[in-house]
Amino acid sequence: MNTPLFEFLCRMGDNTLVLGHRVSEWCGVAPVLEEDIALANTALDLIGQTQLWLGMAGEVEGKGRDADKLAFHRDVWDFRNALLCEQPNGDFGQTMMRQFLFDTWHLIMLKALADSSNDQIAAIAEKSVKEVTYHQERSADTVIGLGDGTEESHMRMQRALDKLWPFVGELFIGDDVDDAMVEQGIAPDPAALRTRFDNQLDAALAEATLTKPADDFAHKGGKTGARHTEHLGHMLTQMQWLQRAYPDASW
Amino acid sequence: MVIEKPGLETVWQWLSAVPDPEIPVISLTDLGIIRDVQWQGDTLEVTVTPTYSGCPATSIINLDIETALRGHGIENLTLKRQLSPAWTSDWLTQSGKAKLEEYGIAPPQPAGGPKHCPRCKSTAVERISQFGSTPCKAQWRCQDCLEPFDYFKCI
Repeated sequence: MNTPLFEFLCRMGDNTLVLGHRVSEWCGVAPVLEEDIALANTALDLIGQTQLWLGMAGEVEGKGRDADKLAFHRDVWDFRNALLCEQPNGDFGQTMMRQFLFDTWHLIMLKALADSSNDQIAAIAEKSVKEVTYHQERSADTVIGLGDGTEESHMRMQRALDKLWPFVGELFIGDDVDDAMVEQGIAPDPAALRTRFDNQLDAALAEATLTKPADDFAHKGGKTGARHTEHLGHMLTQMQWLQRAYPDASW
Repeated sequence: MVIEKPGLETVWQWLSAVPDPEIPVISLTDLGIIRDVQWQGDTLEVTVTPTYSGCPATSIINLDIETALRGHGIENLTLKRQLSPAWTSDWLTQSGKAKLEEYGIAPPQPAGGPKHCPRCKSTAVERISQFGSTPCKAQWRCQDCLEPFDYFKCI
C-alpha cells in the first residue's frame, strides 16, 4: 500500500508530466512560430516541475526510484494524472482550451500549496507559481482571442469547451488521499478551490463569448488510476518507447 | 601537508568569472543564482538556485561551477540546490543588467515590459510573445527600427 503523500506527489507530478508531453507533441508543427516556441516553453516548464514532484515522490517512497524511473517504468494503471491532462491535442484551439482549464486550476492549487505544512512542497509550489502565472496569462488570452474571434474560431472553441468540460469536474472531487493531505495541512481540499476556479472561468468565458455547458457530469478515475481514458496508453507507447526497447539506456 | 583553504571572497571572485552558458555576456554571479558559498570543514559548499525549473542550462551551470572551482584547486566540493526563496529577476546585478542591454537583450523592468529598444532606444515597443528562445526571455519588437529583440522576463 502506497502512503497518501506518495500518491499525492504522483498526482501532481503525473499531471505535469502527461500534459507536458502532450504539449511537446506540438514542437515543430504549431500554426505559427511564436506559438510553437510558447508551447515548447510551456512543456519545458511542466516537465521541469515533474522532475521536482516525481523526484520527491521517489524520495518519500524510499525504494530507490527516481523521477525517470517513475516516468518511464510505470504502466497506465500506475499513473495518477487527471483525465483532462491525457486528452488528445485535437486542433490548436482544443489544445489551448485544455491548457486554459488546467492552468486556471493549477495556479489556484499551487498558490494554496505554497502555504503547505511540508516545506519541500511549499518550495516546489513557490517556484512553480512563477512559471504557471505566465502559462495561465497566455492560455486565457488565447481562449478569449479565439472565442471572440471569427465565426470559425468561435465555433471551434465552443466545440473544444463542450468536449473537455466533462473532464474538469474530477479536479475538484476529493478522496481518502485528499482527506489525509488536508488533515496534515499538506494540501487543500480540492472542493474548496471550486469557487475561485468558477469565478475566473466565468469571467474569461464571458469575454470569450463562450457558453459553459449546463451539465456538470464529471468523468472520474484518472487521479486514482482506476479508469484512465484509452488515450493515455497510446501516449505512453510513444513517451516510454526508448526505455521499453532499451531498458535503463542513458545519455 | 597543510591544505590551504581559499577565502570566501576569492571563491566569489572565481565564480564571477564563470559565464552563463546561454547568455555568456553575463556571469553566474550577475544572474544572482549563486545564493551562498560556505566552508563545511574541508568541503566547499556552493548553494545554487535554478532560474526556471525546466531550464536545460541548469545542469551545464553546475558542471561549469565544478570545472571552474576544481581548476582553482578545490578538491572537496558539494553543490546544493535551493528552491526557496525562488529565483527572481530582481537578483540580477546592476552590472548584469547593463551588460544584457549592451548585448541586445532588454533587461527586466518592474513594469513588466522593456523600457526601450536595446538597439535604437525608442520607447515605441510591442510584445510579440511572452515566450522566447530560452525560458527566461520574451519576444518584443521595436516599432521604430522594426527590429525584433529579446526581453529578459520579470519573474
